[in-house]
Amino acid sequence: MTAGERVSRGWMIACTLAVVVAAVYFLIPVAWLVIASTKSTGDLFSTPGFAFAGFHLWDNLRELSSYDDGIFWRWSLNSIIYSVFGSALTTFVCAITGYALAIYRFRGRKVLLAAVLASMLVPGTVIAQPTYVLLVEMGLNNTYAGLLLPALVYSFGVLLCYIYAQASIPLELVEAARIDGAGEFRIFASMGLRLMRTGLVTVLLFAFLGSWNSYLLPLLVLTDQELMPLTVGLTGWNQSAISIPGLQILTVVGSLISIIPIAIVFISLQRFWRSGLTTGSLRS
Amino acid sequence: MASVTAVRGSRRKRMSPAGSRLVPYVFVAPFVVLFIVFLIAPIGVAIANSLFSQQAAGLGFGGVERVFVGLDNYVRALQDHEFVVGFGRVLLYGVVQIPVMMIVAAALALLFDTGLVRGSRFFQFAVFLPYAVPGVIAALLWGFLYQPSVSPLVGGLSALGIDADFLAPGMVLWSIANVATWSTVGINMIILFAALQGVPREMYEAARIDGAGELRIALSIKIPMIAPAVLLTTLSSIIGTLQLFNEPQVLKSITSNIPSDYTPNMAVYAASTLDRNPNLASAMAVVLGLATLVVSVVVLRLTRRRNGVSDGV
Repeated sequence: MTAGERVSRGWMIACTLAVVVAAVYFLIPVAWLVIASTKSTGDLFSTPGFAFAGFHLWDNLRELSSYDDGIFWRWSLNSIIYSVFGSALTTFVCAITGYALAIYRFRGRKVLLAAVLASMLVPGTVIAQPTYVLLVEMGLNNTYAGLLLPALVYSFGVLLCYIYAQASIPLELVEAARIDGAGEFRIFASMGLRLMRTGLVTVLLFAFLGSWNSYLLPLLVLTDQELMPLTVGLTGWNQSAISIPGLQILTVVGSLISIIPIAIVFISLQRFWRSGLTTGSLRS
Repeated sequence: MASVTAVRGSRRKRMSPAGSRLVPYVFVAPFVVLFIVFLIAPIGVAIANSLFSQQAAGLGFGGVERVFVGLDNYVRALQDHEFVVGFGRVLLYGVVQIPVMMIVAAALALLFDTGLVRGSRFFQFAVFLPYAVPGVIAALLWGFLYQPSVSPLVGGLSALGIDADFLAPGMVLWSIANVATWSTVGINMIILFAALQGVPREMYEAARIDGAGELRIALSIKIPMIAPAVLLTTLSSIIGTLQLFNEPQVLKSITSNIPSDYTPNMAVYAASTLDRNPNLASAMAVVLGLATLVVSVVVLRLTRRRNGVSDGV
């Protein structure tokens, strides 16, 4: 690296130090969470935050699994259902829409593109309340569909897919496939999707994270405990912890568990969605 | 770009007319239908609802009826002291939190881009990890770190002789800002870093030959080169700030210093659930939506003019 030759050792140390300070800030809460999860309720309040006390992680997990007939695992399953189905469907809808916008010239295309762009400025939580009203009218409140369907409108995903399709699918190739007699949907499914792959992983992961994090809409739409995702369930526990002290440690352990899968998914797939961000780095 | 358009133009003429003309419409249909049902319709519902009011019929025995009240709900919303104060609060919050978050994210992205940091893979992981923590879980987590009964931070600071109260009336807004900053620096850093990696390295070499230092290169070349990415991340932060809800809503349960209408979005939620007044809630939601739109457009206009960025996306 040429930069290394010219820049003094002092700079290197300063840079690394700055990053170390930042890393401490970002890791401290997670470190506390891991340590706190191993404590009993008593130790949580009586021992220093960053010191290990008696090891009660397994007891805590057992308690977490049995509390309220294991409702925690039901919430986890719900979060997985909302996120996996939701993000897969969302990605498909975004892909086929973005592909069509990039490959075809049709009447209304410009209007649709403008609508997609404009809708990104509409704050999602602002339409949550009217969406709830609408879902009640359709009888979809307190159903899986009531939470899954609104999440499918992901304008940013459509825009990303449009950019990826434009960048990665040569129209000559589409033309060649047509001459070979392939149908339009077949071309999209076997060629388009494959060429847009990196972009789609990016959209998939952001949609997944969006559903996993979703809070306001499920809070409004769901009253049935059995249908709640982890976010709503755990914050509910946190509120009740004021009157039910044992819930405090369950909220802590539950939070730790809710972070683990998403952290693994996101970080292990990092290089895919990261290269996706670079390809469509949204440069004008 | 011109050549692509030319290819497209010629293709269009050669395309078989029957059937295939419908194909693009079939492809976009699912999105368009969902877009209308779950985006356009809710906006329509909100506007319509905001113009009506539920009033007890007769002497209160006949249930409720829907009465057209024009802009009454808007007048009520704008006269609602807390609702208006909430706007001021999130604006103050945004003016401080967004620059701090962007400067930290940009500084980290630039640091990683220099290639001078040892073990940068681990450090990038550390910075990014909070983004994988759901927003409300992050708030729960920091909530524990703010509560004097369990917090190692409060304990540690008091051992140093500092009496910290993260949940004090004047402090709690910045404690919320800290949660949001902690959660979002990672993703913004990654986006800016990805953009930086796309800048041709020869530009830096040329600047070095001209005698520019690393700091000068960062400020005069790198930042301007990634202006569109900076704009995009700033804009999404602004939209996020105006709809601030998750963090204060979660922290509300551990302190009495966050009332249920602390932010505009919380006021909408409170009006809809606690006050059971969906009509007033709709009017508030419309006001909030319009405010977001206005701020976003103003920011886009201003930055566009200054940076000469022709098209953000």
